[in-house]
Amino acid sequence: MGYRSSVDIYTEWDIVAARQLGRNEAKKTGFGTVDQARITTAISELARNIYLYAGKGKIEIERFSENGLYGITIIASDEGPGIPDIRKVMEDGFSTSGGLGAGMPGVKRLMDEFKVHTESGVGTNITITKWLR
Amino acid sequence: MPQEVGKQYKELLQQYIDNRNEEDLYFGQQFSRQFIEKKIAPEDVISIHKTALAEVFPDLPEKVMYSFDFLIEMMIHYGLALREHQSLIRKQEEIQMEINVAAKVQDTLLKTKIPDFEGIDIGFITEPAKKMNGDYVYFLNDDNNVASVALADVMGKGIPAALCMSMIKFGMDSLQGENTSPRNVLDIVNRIVEKSVDDSMFISMFYGKYDARDSSFSYASAGHEPALIYRASEGGFTELDAKGLLLGVQPDVDYEERSVMLEVGDFIVMMTDGVTEVRTETGFIDEGLIKSILLEVKEESAQSIADTVYNRLLELQNFHLRDDFTIIIFKKENDLV
Repeated sequence: MGYRSSVDIYTEWDIVAARQLGRNEAKKTGFGTVDQARITTAISELARNIYLYAGKGKIEIERFSENGLYGITIIASDEGPGIPDIRKVMEDGFSTSGGLGAGMPGVKRLMDEFKVHTESGVGTNITITKWLR
Repeated sequence: MPQEVGKQYKELLQQYIDNRNEEDLYFGQQFSRQFIEKKIAPEDVISIHKTALAEVFPDLPEKVMYSFDFLIEMMIHYGLALREHQSLIRKQEEIQMEINVAAKVQDTLLKTKIPDFEGIDIGFITEPAKKMNGDYVYFLNDDNNVASVALADVMGKGIPAALCMSMIKFGMDSLQGENTSPRNVLDIVNRIVEKSVDDSMFISMFYGKYDARDSSFSYASAGHEPALIYRASEGGFTELDAKGLLLGVQPDVDYEERSVMLEVGDFIVMMTDGVTEVRTETGFIDEGLIKSILLEVKEESAQSIADTVYNRLLELQNFHLRDDFTIIIFKKENDLV
């Protein structure tokens, strides 16, 4: 287990706080400017989704090392309505065509690992990871 | 590899700053192709630029350098949009390949053989507007004296029309052994279509049957475009139309059946609305145009008549078909002895 910190998402300002925390942690892990921006963008997208679709939730950030490799993991969780058609949401061109930003495929591209668990009426949990190379 | 790219970029940048030649810009652009090939994202390009700049001008104010961090942030979504675009292009290629395969399947499914016997010359052409055809032509050759044809037009075009049309094919296949009078054929196909197609699909159909023994052509129509008959003795055309509702609207339809006698030199023209509703830049073509083309080539073979009408109308539309296009010609050659 590494060092874990979190930001609760209630308002749009909390998205900025989550971004700030993410950027700092990414920097501490050793990521360069471009990867810092990528990790921050992914956090921003997940936090915005919580704010827009679930109302409230949480972004947790953890730096870790495994077999000498360093990385960062972000967990976005909410107790919102869940994602009704996850296959559609993961399709290119679905969310972006409506101008909603990078969408889930975008978040997936920005990171190395992407895991989503969603249950109707229970909530959504998205875990993303990026490794330092 | 990125370090090597960064080193080369720095050299090109340094050269341009020193000389500001068109040549250096040209080399720069050539170099950018490598970036694309190596899938270097726009935000990475900014980062490479920032690093190179810091080496070329070590004394640049810190605040200027910060501006590149801002620019990197600005480019992240551009990078994502680019990758999404690339992935959508790959997806489109996959769909295109699927459609090509489907069109081949359709071609096999729709193979039909023109009846070939003494006394009647038959020709036809059917061309889809897109890859898959919503027009359908099927010949039946019950015995050596009877040639029948079914011509159906599924409204709309492309894949939905093509899927719908394969059902008509099975309807026709189920006719074996049945009474194949035009009204009976339409009645059977109508019942099949009515059961299997949703209400938004409209299909029209013309069924014609030529009997060489008495030179009669009997026909029935399910809301289809009227056929034309050319009378050699009069040198003019008459419409062949029969009352009947589109296929699949209701289960019990009483299709009218009519018949005409053919003389030597007479021919019948069956078409879909892709022929009659040809549009040019100035609007729909004049009804008389098709007739005048037909008159010009009336002495030629049935296939040549069909091909000529197609080629002329295709040219008029600047080689762009707006709707599936089908034309069938039955031409009486001589009497049976």
